[in-house]
Amino acid sequence: MCAPVTPTLIWILVVLVAIGLYLSWTAGRLDRLHARIDAARAALDAQLLRRASVAQELATSGVLDPAASIVLYEAAHAARQAEEEQREVAESELSQALRAVFGEAQQVEAVREAPGGDAAAHELTEAVRRVPMARRFHNDAVGAARRLREHRKVRWFRLAGHAPFPMAFEMDDEPPTALVERAA
Amino acid sequence: MRIGIVCPYSWDVPGGVQFHIRDLAEYFIRLGHEVSVLAPADDDTPLPPYVVSAGRAVPVPYNGSVARLNFGFLSAARVRRWLHDGRFDVVHIHEPTSPSLGLLTCWAASGPIVATFHTSNPRSRAMIAAYSILQAALEKISARIAVSEYARRTLVEHLGGDAVVIPNGVDVDFFAEAEPKPEWQGDTIGFIGRIDEPRKGLPVLMKALPRILAERPQTRLLVAGRGDEEEAVESLPAELRSRVEFLGMVSDEDKARFLRSVDLYVAPNTGGESFGIILVEAMSAGAPVLASDLDAFAQVLDQGAAGELFANEDPQALAAAAVRLLGDPERRAELRERGSAHVRRFDWSTVGADILSVYETVTDGMAAVAAADDDERGQGLRARFGLARD
Repeated sequence: MCAPVTPTLIWILVVLVAIGLYLSWTAGRLDRLHARIDAARAALDAQLLRRASVAQELATSGVLDPAASIVLYEAAHAARQAEEEQREVAESELSQALRAVFGEAQQVEAVREAPGGDAAAHELTEAVRRVPMARRFHNDAVGAARRLREHRKVRWFRLAGHAPFPMAFEMDDEPPTALVERAA
Repeated sequence: MRIGIVCPYSWDVPGGVQFHIRDLAEYFIRLGHEVSVLAPADDDTPLPPYVVSAGRAVPVPYNGSVARLNFGFLSAARVRRWLHDGRFDVVHIHEPTSPSLGLLTCWAASGPIVATFHTSNPRSRAMIAAYSILQAALEKISARIAVSEYARRTLVEHLGGDAVVIPNGVDVDFFAEAEPKPEWQGDTIGFIGRIDEPRKGLPVLMKALPRILAERPQTRLLVAGRGDEEEAVESLPAELRSRVEFLGMVSDEDKARFLRSVDLYVAPNTGGESFGIILVEAMSAGAPVLASDLDAFAQVLDQGAAGELFANEDPQALAAAAVRLLGDPERRAELRERGSAHVRRFDWSTVGADILSVYETVTDGMAAVAAADDDERGQGLRARFGLARD
């Protein structure tokens, strides 16, 4: 009686297993993307922190004039202390402060001539070049994850679990021209 | 740092990507990093000590020409073994979208992967069909590098996402310090490239030549590159053919001396260029450059500030510009000077440091590279079912 049912049943099972494997593979892909975002975010945080630290160091070193020191110190301090929601704004303001202070080649030269200034200028140059890089890599990962998460199969089967919807990090990261020109 | 570099094209065949990888690897080795390059190569090809062969590349028609590629079960196994033995901190894949070692490495590796996109091919039909497969592999790349703003734009349009722009590198001093050769000097126009590859633009230059010679009969055209010489001069009136000299394939040293000697370097390429390394080499050697106004060329030449541009595929425009430049030594001296200052940003010391910054940025947040199987056995299953990440 159940003879004709068995092949059908087997087929249904095969299809279900195939769908299951495909979904599991997609979930693995998504998991990897989330891990990539985490790593990219950690790298971005490290670069931002590094930039703020060097800026703060320079601001308190006495190499810069008092007005520039205060502007830079304020911005660097705000960037380091910013809450998560204000982070993008605070970091953008630090970029603006750095551009204002190191807008001219003479200022960079003056820093280099001070004792230990060459190393500090070098560190700052590295930091302002790496922040845009790290941010681009982060947002690239976020974009890839978002594209996958918006797909039907991921939404219907809740493959993303409870992972928060990834957000791009938007900020003004234009480096001061006088710093990067010299290195380029 | 332990760096693994993947070259998609056969090491036996000279090409822009191969040279770029060779110079990059040697630059890192000089800095004291450990470098291993995985490349397709014939068994009997002598390889530098840092290159590991991934086996012979198979010639297959791909993307309009015959490309030599590596794929299949054996190649995949070799990639896996190389990843496993190398224990790299970072793997740098070149041209990850070509169906060769790059794509295989993307599949097989996990960890910090950096990829450089050299070409800016218009999206091919195969790529559209394979889009989802490609996307799954490319998602593993933590950092993408495009060789020009133009290449980046194509990448963003075709694959989505973003990339940082780091140009190809050139050993500027190698070209700047080469000894000029007297027999290549004096009213000479230089051209380097495959003679029988129409996209390199020699036919355009040949069409312009009669007009140039009509104005300046003492001009000589020097052509360095492989191809059928008879066929190349076919379009030229017989009495003018003696003004064209073919040098065949030249060594790196001769190429540098060639560029140091010529009075004008012409790059009449009609398309398919995403960077234009030859222009950088010419500028490094202090040759005034006249190039077609392709997007990539315009960018390398700083929108015409470091070298002159003419309307692409227009022999009349090429001839007019060449005649004007050959008759104006002051303008050429000015171009020489601007070119030499402009190329500093393409020197390996700058480009290499930038690429190293990329490596350091991606390794900051991640563990070392592993063959995907290695960790799959350990915690892959758990990761696969541990879907809820908080």
